[in-house]
Amino acid sequence: MSGLLFDGADWNFLTLQRIHDACETVAHKELGLDTYPNQIEVITAEQMLDAYSSVGMPLFYKHWSFGKHFAYHEASYRKGLMGLAYEIVINSSPCISYLMEENTATMQTLVIAHAAFGHNHFFKNNYLFKQWTDADGILDYLDFARGYIGQCEDRYGRLAVEHTLDAAHALMSHGVDRYPGKKKLDFREEEKRAGKRRLYEEGTFNDLWRTVPTGPVKTSAVLNVERRRTLLGLPQENLLYFLEKTAPRLAPWQRELLRIVRHIAQYFYPQGQTKVMNEGTATYVHYRIMNRLHQEGRLTDGNFLEFLQSHTNVVFQPEFDDPRFSGFNPYALGFAIMQDIERIVKDPTEEDREWFPDIAGTGDEMAVLRDVWANYRDESFITQFLSPALIRHLRLFHLHDDPADRTGILVDAIHDERGYRRIRRELSKQYDVGYIDPNIEVVDVDLAGDRRLMLRHTVVKGAQLSETDTKRVLQHLADLWSYDVSLVEVDAATDKVLKEYVLNPRIQPAAA
Amino acid sequence: MHIIDRRLNPGGKSLENRQRFLRRAKALVQGAVKKTSQDRDIKDVLEGGEVSIPLDGMDEPRFRREGGTRDMVLPGNKKFIEGDILPRSGDGSGRKSGPGQGDSEDAFRFVLSKEEFVNLFLDDLELPDLAKRKFAEAESEGLVRAGYSTSGSPANISISRTVARAMARRVALRRPRPEAIAELEARIEQETDDDKRAALVAELEALKAKAKRIPFIDPIDIRYRRFEAVPKPIAQAVMFCLMDVSGSMSEHMKDLAKRFYMLLYVFLTRRYRHVEIVFIRHTDRAEEVDEQTFFYGPASGGTLVSSALQCMHDIVRSRFRPSDWNIYAAQASDGDNATSDSENVARLLTDNILPVSQFFAYLEVGESGTYSFEMPDSALWSLYERLRANGEPLSMRKVRDRSEIFPVFHDLFQRRGTSQERAAS
Repeated sequence: MSGLLFDGADWNFLTLQRIHDACETVAHKELGLDTYPNQIEVITAEQMLDAYSSVGMPLFYKHWSFGKHFAYHEASYRKGLMGLAYEIVINSSPCISYLMEENTATMQTLVIAHAAFGHNHFFKNNYLFKQWTDADGILDYLDFARGYIGQCEDRYGRLAVEHTLDAAHALMSHGVDRYPGKKKLDFREEEKRAGKRRLYEEGTFNDLWRTVPTGPVKTSAVLNVERRRTLLGLPQENLLYFLEKTAPRLAPWQRELLRIVRHIAQYFYPQGQTKVMNEGTATYVHYRIMNRLHQEGRLTDGNFLEFLQSHTNVVFQPEFDDPRFSGFNPYALGFAIMQDIERIVKDPTEEDREWFPDIAGTGDEMAVLRDVWANYRDESFITQFLSPALIRHLRLFHLHDDPADRTGILVDAIHDERGYRRIRRELSKQYDVGYIDPNIEVVDVDLAGDRRLMLRHTVVKGAQLSETDTKRVLQHLADLWSYDVSLVEVDAATDKVLKEYVLNPRIQPAAA
Repeated sequence: MHIIDRRLNPGGKSLENRQRFLRRAKALVQGAVKKTSQDRDIKDVLEGGEVSIPLDGMDEPRFRREGGTRDMVLPGNKKFIEGDILPRSGDGSGRKSGPGQGDSEDAFRFVLSKEEFVNLFLDDLELPDLAKRKFAEAESEGLVRAGYSTSGSPANISISRTVARAMARRVALRRPRPEAIAELEARIEQETDDDKRAALVAELEALKAKAKRIPFIDPIDIRYRRFEAVPKPIAQAVMFCLMDVSGSMSEHMKDLAKRFYMLLYVFLTRRYRHVEIVFIRHTDRAEEVDEQTFFYGPASGGTLVSSALQCMHDIVRSRFRPSDWNIYAAQASDGDNATSDSENVARLLTDNILPVSQFFAYLEVGESGTYSFEMPDSALWSLYERLRANGEPLSMRKVRDRSEIFPVFHDLFQRRGTSQERAAS
């Protein structure tokens, strides 16, 4: 099948269908992608703004902060400060892509290849998304959440719901499980395990062990503390989960609201960790598809040039001293590494063979990339696949800025033999959630005394929490907990207490 | 693959969230609206537009870190080698932070629509005597669920209710269950003794007959969902604009009056779904005219205010029953009136007009450039002043300049409590 998909800039729904089918052929046959079924929705600029304000989801519960974001986006869009995205894609099954009606036919092709196949494949196959998100259920869940929150507003008042949601939103970034939990065994399994252990003990019984001296006996106080901490599941870094399960005075509906916010935070958790990869994948896929379509004579040279122009804009990486520089462009970085992988697989140099013995010269770049897309996140992806060649190409360097050092900022590594590994390590750290999010945990609850909730922030490299924001967040936390809340900032290296916050709930609990 | 065209979906999906945001930021936004509107023309005042509010109180706090030792990897090295120390001052190391997010800016600018602007603008104003508000002229009827009924259209059958009632009836009347009949039949099959068998058969017949008599679902079980039509009441108001158009009224004065009427109209339409306007202009005789003639039509003659009041009274009597309409009147004049007319005016007002009106505002307009306190009280002003002293519900203000219109309007319609304090002071 061949012939031009379209000519010029105009498109209609038949064109979209043709474009989709052509992209699908390339994506599935040539690139071997495995995608959710696609649903393509054409929307207007206003609807795009709507989608922006509800974090891209087609339906969401009502809250003033979304209105605020909407007002903000709308104002900057009208002033021309901000262009709108060409597309938004939702990790759901079917995978929903929003296309702007203003896009030209070329742009629609680009966007379909990018979102409906690139992102779609990534969503379906990456381990983080598989582990943490339920693409089939998310829209139903959001529908439930919206309905439930609406009901709560009717029943308990808009203000009460708003307060709870405000508090939950403030803690949202600390409302995710970072590790998949242990599956609870059902009784039969547990019985089986207990039986096995008993058999093992009987099989290995030796009376001698009885005579071996044990360590000092734990005092009852220590045992009490340990018991309490196990019961409460401490230490706990998922603050919302902890409050939902243990906050003493929350109404059941408030717990459900915390749960909703927590689930949504968890749903978006993989996206924050895979920005570079996600965008890199989509960019790589659209680049391959568009090139193939052009080679097959299905795009005119003019349309292809139009595509190249926007593609170049997308993967533009300004240098650090460029006024346009604002950090790494995830599209550019992801795309560059993936193209580099393709080069290593197909046409490796001696250096590549030394650095990447597993993949250098294997010849099948799609197999390697599909494996990469499935099993890595930004941090591990960069640690594994940022090659010396690319470091040289981007001329990366590492700065170490210690405020205590009066003389200035140290250039710690540059793109040379001594620097490659250090640069790679540091860059991957910039994408490691373990470093990005402050490490805050619930460490204990004073159950015998005033029920104070005790939190601890482990300060890494001297970066403490900003005071005003922290007080506000803790205020919300105290309101939910309804007793005092304290937060200590402890230096990770020296165990020295740097700062302590104590906040009381705004509404004093009635005498219980 | 599906392609869905969402473009025709109803817009304003974010409207609700936006309203929540505005409600939450109300005090701040209102302050901003006041500030922006001070230096605007009335026409522009109603245009909406951009306002800027401080972000305090609208922030969404998160745990954020700041300070500490920082490590960063940057692209585009040109001349640095390992071990170089870059001076901290100056921008030699490049800009390290990206452009601040919108949320971290100190002030937050956004655009208000016309309606939002007007609503916020007029929000702390209150119509006087809202109590009299009359619900009439039902424009629409809404359907409301109202229990169940024994008759209705098949589409409205309440299945759950019907089945529940049928079951209750079957249980109450002890209708034999199909299982019981089946069991009995089985026993008849197995029974060898003829006598017993005959007895069982008889029993079976009885059960079957009973099951037949008591149907599974009887017409008396059927219930329909009932709906009642409820008229949605709509408040209505009529606004009388009275204006002196005699030779002494200059274009400037008419312009002031027009602005006042405009504001009043906007204000009323916000409170009442249905607002009618009646324009009455007068010289020494009054007539009801359309808007164009009212403001721009030429007229000349003496001045008899009572003619306009009489005209208004006649129109009220013929077209706007006071029990059905909220009546508002605003009169604009330069204050001239024939001395002999005062008695008539006072009588018409106290006996006929004020008792049926919610509100009667008198606006005395003057040439710009003079200050209100420099103006000697005019004939009409003194007369109204006297009426007011007798406790008649009259509001009156003097206006010279465009910029005074809004404050005056604001004064007149301020929430009751404060306006009385103001009047007392």
